[in-house]
Amino acid sequence: MAESALDNVATVHVEKKASKLAAFAKFRELGLLIFIILLCIFVQTRNSSFLTIGNLTDMITNTAILSILALGMMLVIITRGIDLSIGSTLALSGMIVAQTVSVYQGLHPIVAILIGIGIGLVCGVTIGFFVSKIGVLPIIATLAMMNIFRGLTFTVSNGQWVSSYQMPDSFVSIATSKILGINTLVFIAIVIYIIGFYFVNHTRTGRQIYAVGSNPESAKVSGINQTKILLMVYSIMGGLAGLSGVLWVAKFASAQGDTAAGYELTVIAACILGGVSIAGGSGKISGVILGAILLGILNNSLPLMNVSPFWQMAIQGSIILFAVILNALVKRGVERNNLLRRKI
Amino acid sequence: MSEYVLELKGITKKFPGVTALDNVHFKLKSGEIHALMGENGAGKSTFIKVITGVHGPNEGEMILHGQKIQFTNPRQAQEVGIAAIYQHVTNYPDLTVTENIFMGHEKVQKITGRILWKEMHAEAKRLLQSLSSNIDPKALMGSLSVAQQQIVEIAKAISTNAKIIIMDEPTAALTARESEELYKITESLRDNGASIIFISHRFEDMYRLASQVTVLRDSKYIGSWKVNEISNEDLIVAMVGREITQIYPEKKGQIGEKLLHVDGLGKTGYFADISFTLHRGEILGLTGLVGAGRTEVCQSLFGIMPYDKGDIQMNGKKVRIQSPKEAMQLGIGYLPEDRQLQGLVLQWGIGKNITLPALKKLGKKGWLNEKKEAKLAKQLAEKVNVKANSIYDLASSLSGGNQQKVAVAKLLTADLDIIILDEPTKGVDVGSKTAIYEIIHDLAAQGYGVIMISSEMPEVIGVSDRIAVMREGRIARFLNKEDVTQEAILEAAMTDLSKSNAG
Amino acid sequence: MEQRAVNQNNYVPRVLENKQAFSLKRFFFQWEWMLVLVFLLVMIINTNLSPYFLNAAGLRDATMVFLDKAFIVFPMVMIMILRDIDISVGSTVALSSVIMATLYNSLGIPMEAAIVICLLVGALCGFVNGILIVKFKELSAVIVTLGTMILYRGIAYVILENQASGNFPDWFSFFGWGKVAGVPFILVAFLVLALVFTLLLHKTTFGRQVYAMGNNTTASRFSGVQVNKIKVLVFTLAGLMAAVTAIFLASRMGSTRPNVATMYELDVIAMVALGGISTAGGKGKMIGAIIAVFIIGYLQYGLGLINIPSQMMLVIVGLLLLISVSIPKVNLGNKFASSKKK
Repeated sequence: MAESALDNVATVHVEKKASKLAAFAKFRELGLLIFIILLCIFVQTRNSSFLTIGNLTDMITNTAILSILALGMMLVIITRGIDLSIGSTLALSGMIVAQTVSVYQGLHPIVAILIGIGIGLVCGVTIGFFVSKIGVLPIIATLAMMNIFRGLTFTVSNGQWVSSYQMPDSFVSIATSKILGINTLVFIAIVIYIIGFYFVNHTRTGRQIYAVGSNPESAKVSGINQTKILLMVYSIMGGLAGLSGVLWVAKFASAQGDTAAGYELTVIAACILGGVSIAGGSGKISGVILGAILLGILNNSLPLMNVSPFWQMAIQGSIILFAVILNALVKRGVERNNLLRRKI
Repeated sequence: MSEYVLELKGITKKFPGVTALDNVHFKLKSGEIHALMGENGAGKSTFIKVITGVHGPNEGEMILHGQKIQFTNPRQAQEVGIAAIYQHVTNYPDLTVTENIFMGHEKVQKITGRILWKEMHAEAKRLLQSLSSNIDPKALMGSLSVAQQQIVEIAKAISTNAKIIIMDEPTAALTARESEELYKITESLRDNGASIIFISHRFEDMYRLASQVTVLRDSKYIGSWKVNEISNEDLIVAMVGREITQIYPEKKGQIGEKLLHVDGLGKTGYFADISFTLHRGEILGLTGLVGAGRTEVCQSLFGIMPYDKGDIQMNGKKVRIQSPKEAMQLGIGYLPEDRQLQGLVLQWGIGKNITLPALKKLGKKGWLNEKKEAKLAKQLAEKVNVKANSIYDLASSLSGGNQQKVAVAKLLTADLDIIILDEPTKGVDVGSKTAIYEIIHDLAAQGYGVIMISSEMPEVIGVSDRIAVMREGRIARFLNKEDVTQEAILEAAMTDLSKSNAG
Repeated sequence: MEQRAVNQNNYVPRVLENKQAFSLKRFFFQWEWMLVLVFLLVMIINTNLSPYFLNAAGLRDATMVFLDKAFIVFPMVMIMILRDIDISVGSTVALSSVIMATLYNSLGIPMEAAIVICLLVGALCGFVNGILIVKFKELSAVIVTLGTMILYRGIAYVILENQASGNFPDWFSFFGWGKVAGVPFILVAFLVLALVFTLLLHKTTFGRQVYAMGNNTTASRFSGVQVNKIKVLVFTLAGLMAAVTAIFLASRMGSTRPNVATMYELDVIAMVALGGISTAGGKGKMIGAIIAVFIIGYLQYGLGLINIPSQMMLVIVGLLLLISVSIPKVNLGNKFASSKKK
C-alpha cells in the first residue's frame, strides 16, 4: 500500500508537468500575442524609430500580402497538404497583369485585380486536379508546378522587367490609396479575413475542410466529398496567390521574373508559427494572423536593430524548426497526460 | 407487421480464404436490449458491419420493419435509422463535441447556409444532459476520455434519430463506475423506444442489461435465448464448447531449467506488476480479454515498446531490452499478431520474407549472398510446409495459414531461446492450425521456451503447460495444466471489476 | 513427420523451387527498357533538330555541365524508396561549398583540408535531417527538410552575405574541367559512384533493408531491422553526396556563392521519379534513375543547342516530373475502373 501511495505522488508530479504543456496548447494565441508585445518592447528599446506611425504603416502594409497568402496556406495545410508553388503563381499573375496594364493604360484597377485572381485560379485548379483527381503527393505536384509557373513567368516576360514608369498611376495607386481611411492593401486583407473567418467557421463546406484533415476515413463515412474539398482548397490558394500577385506588383511598382521567389517558405512559416498543425485538422484564423504579424515584425525590425539582412533567412529557418518541434512536444505532453489518466 | 424491427436470415459473408459468417440468424424486437455474445473471432464484428452496410453479405436477407432492404454503403444504413458505436471510436479529434455530434447533418440557416452554432451547441448540451453528462459541447473531442467520447458517440446516434443502436464492446475501456453510467444511458435509450444490440464479452453487462441473448461461435449461429431462461453454465458452454474437431498433439520433451525471469515489469498506461518465470521446453499460455495488455507485455519483452519499470533476467543474468535487435541478439523471437501489417512484406516473395531477420548471417561484410539466401529460404519454407511453388511466390498470394507458416519460418532463422507467439492461429483454417500446433510442440521439445498469447480457450488449454490470465494490465491468476478449465479462465479474466478497483 | 488421415494433403512434403525461371516477358516489360527507348528518342529528336548535337566530343563534354547534381540522385533514390523526400539538398550544396571556399580564402586552411571539411559539413547536414526525422516522427520529412532547407541556405548567407568566393588553387579546377584519358573526370566519378551505389542498393544487406522499410516499415521493425539507424544513414548519405556535388560545382564555376544550386532538389527529384522510383515507396531500381539522369541531361543540352531559353527548361523538367509521377496512378485508375465494370 505504502508503495502505491509513493507511486501516486510521482504520477501526480509527472501529470502536472504534462498538463502544463497541455495548457500551453490551449493558450497558444495568447502566448503568441504576449511574445509579439515583448518583441515590440525589446525592438523599441534598441531603436526608438520602431514604434512610429510611418514605420508601423509600412510594416502593416507589408504584412497584408503575407497574411492573405497565409490564410490560403492554412486551408491547404489543414487538409494535410502543402503548396510550394504560391511564390511562382504570385509572380506569374503579377507579371501578366503588369504587362497588361502597361499596354492598356486605361484599364480599371478592379479589372486588373480580377485578371490576377483569374490567373491564380487557373494555376490553383491545375494543382488541385493533380492532387485530388490523380493523387499526386502535394509536395511533388506543387514542387513541379512551382517551376513550371516560374518558367512561364520568365517566358512571358522574356526576361524583361515591367517598371513603375510603364504602369499607369491608377494601377500603382492600388497600394497607396485609402478606402474608409485604411490603406487599400490592408482593407483588402481585412475583407478577406472577414470572409475567410465566416467561411471556415460558419459554413458546412468550411467545416468539412477540417473534417477531411482531421480524419479522412471518417469523412468518407460521413459522406464528405474529399476530391471536391481538395480541389477547392488548392483553387482558393491559387486565387489568393493571384490576387497577391497584383497587390505585390502594385506595391513594389515592378514586376520581375524572380518576384517573390522563396516567399512560400515565409508563408508556411507564418502558418506554423500560428499553430496550424502540419498533421492536418487544426488551425485557427486568429493564430495565422498573429503568425503573419510576428513574421512581419521580425522582417521589419531586424534592419532596425542593425542585424544584417543576410541573417533573415537563417532566423526564419530556425523559427520554423523551433515551432514544429515545440508543436510536437506539446502534442506528446497531451498524449502522455491521457495515458497517465488510465487506471491499471 | 411483425413484432421484429430487424431480422437477419441466413447471412453468410466470405472473405478470401475465410468464411467470417456462416448462415447467421438474428431477430431484434422493438424496444429490447439484445446482447450478442461470443469469443474473439466468433464473427460479431463482421456481423455488425453487415448490419451497418460496411460489408455486403454474400447470402441471406435483411428485413427492416417488415421490408427487405439492402445497403451498398454505410450512409444508407444511417438514413434508415441504424447507428453504430464502434469499439475503436471513429471521430474527429480536432473538432468540437458539437461538430462531432452533428457532422453530416448540421443545422444551417435555410437561405444563407450559415451554420447555427448557438442552436447546435444548445442542442448538443441538451442531448448530453439527457445522457446525464456535463461534457462541454465546445470542448475538443480529442481532449475527452474514452468514456466521454463514447457518450458523445451515443449523443450522435440519438441526434440522427436512430431507432436501432448497435454498441460494440462499449464497456471494454471503461471503469466500473463509467460502465454503470453507460448501463443507465442504455436503459433510458430503450425506454425512449430505441432497440439496442449490445455486444460484449462480459457476463455482467449482459445480466445487467439484456433481455435476450444471441450467441455466435466460429462464425456460426449457436442459438438465442431469453436471458432469464438460460443458466450461466449453459451460456458458457454455448460460447466456448465447440465440437472437438481440433486434435492437440501430445506433449513431447521435458521442461528444463529456468530461462527467463520477469519481475515487476510495467509500462505507464498499459500494464503493471508483471512477474513470471519461463523454463526451457515450457509453453506458457497468456490469455485474457482483448485490451488486457497481453500484446503490450510481449512487445515490451521484444523491445518494440520498451518497458519503464521492472527487471528482466535471462539465464540468471539481468538484461535490458530496448529494441527488437537487442531482443533478437538475446535470443528472443516474436511472431506478431497482425501478419499482414507486422509480420510480412506482402509485396515480396516468400524467400525474401523468410531471410529478412537473418540478413546479417547471410552476408559477408555487408554483401548479400543470394545463393546462400535462396538455399536457407527453401530449407525453412519446406520445414514449415508452406504450400507454394517456389520461394519467389508473393506472400500476398498465400492463404492466411500459409502466410503464418512463412512468419514462423522467419523465427527459425535466428538462434533463439525464447519464442513469443501472438495469436498464432488467428484467421487460420483448421488444417493449418494443427500444423502450427505441431510446430509449437516441436519447438518446445527442442528446448525453446514458448510464450503463446491466445484468446481461444480450447487452444490455450490444449497447448500450454501453464496459463497466465491477464485482466486490465495485470496478471490475475496462474493456472496449471492439471487444474485448468475454461470456466476458471473466464472467471479470472472477467471477475467483477469493482473488486480490482477497490484494491 | 507423423501423418494424420484428416488433413493428409497438408502433410505431403513439398519441394519448393529456389531458382527463379528466366522469363522473357518479365525481362522486357520493365520501366527501365522504356527509359532506354525514351533516351534514344531524345537523342534522335535532338539530332534532327540540331546538326551540332550528334558529336562525340560535344556529347562527352556536355556531361561536365549536367552531371554535378546527378550525384545526389543516388541517395535520393534510397530516400524515395523509403517513402520520404529531401528538399534541403540544394541548400546543403550551397552551405558546404560556401564553408569550403571561406575556409580556404578567409582562414587560410589548405584546400585539401577544406575539401574534407566540406564533405563532413554535407554529411552533418544530412545527419541532422535524419535525426530530426526519426526523433520527431510526428513531423514528416517534408516539413523537417523544408525547415533545414531554409536554415542551411540561411547560414550560407550569414557566412558569405551576398558575395562570391573563388580563387581556388589551379589543381582544384580538375574536378570540373579535368579529363582522364580524354573522358571528363566528372563522368568517370559519376560512373564509379553509380556502380558503388547500384551495388549498395541491390547487392548488400543494407539495400535489402532499405527496400523492406519502403514496403513495410512496421514489419521491418518487427524483423529486427534497425529502422531509425538506416533512415539516418540514408539521409546522411544524401548530405554527403550534396557535398560531392558542391565540390564539382565550385570547381566548374571557379567560385561559389550562397545562392548556388537553387532548386537542385527539383531536378534531382524529377530524375528519380522519371527513373521509376514510385513516390509510394518500396519500388524502383538505381539503373532507372541513372538512365533518367542522361535523359534529362541530354534533353537540356539539346534544347540549349537550339537556343531554347534556360527558363523553359524549368517548365520542361516540371512537366516531366508531373507526368512521371502521374503515369502509374492513372494506369491504376484505369485498371480499377475496368475491374469495377466486370
